[in-house]
Amino acid sequence: MNATPHLSARQVIKSFGPTQALRGVDIDVLPGELVAVMGPSGSGKSTLLHCLAGVLIPDDGEVWFAGRRVDKLPEAERSALRRHSFGFVFQFGQLIPELPAVENVALPLLLDGTGRRGALAAARDALERLAMGDFAASRPGEMSGGEAQRIALARALVTQPAVLFADEPTGSLDSLATERVMDLLVDVAQEDGTTVVLVTHNPRVAAYAAREVVVRDGQTTTSVVSAS
Amino acid sequence: MSVPYALLGLLEQGTSYGYDLKRAYDHHMGATKPLPFGQVYSTLGRLERDRKVKVAGVESGEGPERRRYAITRTGVTDLERWLREPEKPEPHLQTVLFSKVVLALLSDRSAHDYLDAQRAAHLQRMRELTALRRTAPLSQALLADHALFHLEADLRWIDQTTARLEDLREEVYE
Repeated sequence: MNATPHLSARQVIKSFGPTQALRGVDIDVLPGELVAVMGPSGSGKSTLLHCLAGVLIPDDGEVWFAGRRVDKLPEAERSALRRHSFGFVFQFGQLIPELPAVENVALPLLLDGTGRRGALAAARDALERLAMGDFAASRPGEMSGGEAQRIALARALVTQPAVLFADEPTGSLDSLATERVMDLLVDVAQEDGTTVVLVTHNPRVAAYAAREVVVRDGQTTTSVVSAS
Repeated sequence: MSVPYALLGLLEQGTSYGYDLKRAYDHHMGATKPLPFGQVYSTLGRLERDRKVKVAGVESGEGPERRRYAITRTGVTDLERWLREPEKPEPHLQTVLFSKVVLALLSDRSAHDYLDAQRAAHLQRMRELTALRRTAPLSQALLADHALFHLEADLRWIDQTTARLEDLREEVYE
């Protein structure tokens, strides 16, 4: 690669008890790039995502983000990094069922000290960008799976993160809802220049990425660069 | 068309008669569609004409003479090229993909490397179609969807086969 990576892992090893989930993983992600991380269940792809995002600390190896050694940061700084620079979206949106969509989306800003009025205004903007403005007052239980996942995506993007980590973001959706969520995710990421690390076992979802990295038995085995 | 390469791959294991080649083909690759005898001999004839196989011996008996075939250097080179190159990603590839995997295993070549190369070729085509369908009118997007679903099925099969390659190797050598 010619450009400096935005996010990197070098020989990352991570075990859970006797099980070695990552066995010396290397990955480079360029600024604004959308990379799909693929692999069979249990291959270590979600563990890799959590190490890259500073949620898990590797047993060995290095994780770098924007020139900073993430795995060496104290927890408070890693937590701040996750709040300010990283956004997360998971298979099940993990929205708070009691709160309307707009408050779910505003949560990351409210938790980070943004005033309520400003946070709600930013949340409404984020919902509009994802064509979900009409659902601002709806609670998660009143939405379809695809609609709820678009709310979760709005919440992940409301802080305008440098990196979006998406772990099977369409894993519970049918193909039409998957298409809608992925089209929006790619559009917004491209507009904002957001780097995206997308964990998926679905080849159709991976095909939205410019490049794929395959994790097999805790190691990255392939990195295919798009010809386009 | 994979039959000529299948016969070359089988002949690479050792010289053989047409009858035995047909039986080996049916055993390894023709579970649902046995190879007709006529096709065996016509294919061997074309391979001989193209100098990819040669007659290694003729056995005369009461019936028609039996010709024992051997693969030539040209045949091995052609077989290696075919095994190395990913197929153009398109629907209905299962027979040729499966043949390549079995022949790679039989000849102790890396079926893993082949499957990885094929997987990359498939995903690249899926990327192109995904990019196309995002800007295309619905009618074209739906046509792209049709191709994407077929490619996805192939790709899932590639992943499944990659995961079970060692089991298949044992079965092939039984």
